[in-house]
Amino acid sequence: MVLHTVCHSPYQHGALRQCLRLISAPAALLLMEDGVYAATRAAAELVAIEPAIEIYALQADLDARGISATLNPRVTPIDDRGFVELSLHCARMQAWY
Amino acid sequence: MNIAVVVYGSPTGSPASMSAYRYVCAALELGHRVSRVFFYGEGVHNATRLAAPPQDETSLPECWQRLARSHQLELIVCIAAALRRGVLNDQEAARHGRDASNLAPGFELSGLGQLADAALNSDRLITFGGNG
Amino acid sequence: MNVHTKTLLVVINASPYRSTRARDALDLVLTAAAFEIPLTLLFCGDGVFQLVADQRAAAIGHKDLAATLPVLPLYDVKRICVEQAALAERDLDPAQLLLPVEVLGSAEAAALFHHHDQILSF
Repeated sequence: MVLHTVCHSPYQHGALRQCLRLISAPAALLLMEDGVYAATRAAAELVAIEPAIEIYALQADLDARGISATLNPRVTPIDDRGFVELSLHCARMQAWY
Repeated sequence: MNIAVVVYGSPTGSPASMSAYRYVCAALELGHRVSRVFFYGEGVHNATRLAAPPQDETSLPECWQRLARSHQLELIVCIAAALRRGVLNDQEAARHGRDASNLAPGFELSGLGQLADAALNSDRLITFGGNG
Repeated sequence: MNVHTKTLLVVINASPYRSTRARDALDLVLTAAAFEIPLTLLFCGDGVFQLVADQRAAAIGHKDLAATLPVLPLYDVKRICVEQAALAERDLDPAQLLLPVEVLGSAEAAALFHHHDQILSF
């Protein structure tokens, strides 16, 4: 399983788009830093991601930006320890930035 | 498992350094081994001892130093990236005729071989990228 | 008989002159090759612009990385791959890049992430 992280906003940066072109199951996607702006109900990108790919968002980044309450149902919030465990559960990691 | 972390953003230029720091703290709290933190590209700015942010702001260079002291963490700074950006230890300052050095205690200048070694010998290689 | 060594995928996703990323990637690739790490490069997104022939970086005060890239096959870099979709949307002809590359469709390129032990991205 591959962990992909995206740390830029989907509205202003191509990182998420590039990630979604090359992500394939088994994989997990972690939205972090400004990448969490893709985790809200408003951002359309998540709809096209195949169901087998797990989608997470870093809780601290959601809280910092005041958007925890608008999370897309497909996204699971995780804390920093959850990030560590996820990174160990996955065999390798690709950072999109 | 041993984890190697690559920090590729500066403390002020992007959230990458803070994200990396929080990840390393969490990994250590969970009892995992972080074998090396490798600072590359703009990440070398985490290793200055001259940063003087306001008291109410986090100083990542100081955070890394405290963590290194308490956990015997290996903080490696890519020497080529550091020289390019003016992060020098005493030896390199003398070698390049610079009148000051600024590498913070706890950090070590070394070559990219340390990153290649981390790729070979760590179980997980975790990269935090910035805005470059 | 070689002891199994971890394989490394280096993902190159940035245009050549936006920062030191292109230089940093190349330096890491050369170092990893010197360590005899089996390497695959994947140029994707704007990274494919690094492979455009006839770059004259000196015009903007940059070192000419394009001069170094063609020697990569000599450094035992096992595969140099390019994302076909990235070439197509940038109207780049793979036959006119500055070194021979393997052009991969999305599924093949995506598979690379599963078939290497470690990944570094620039």
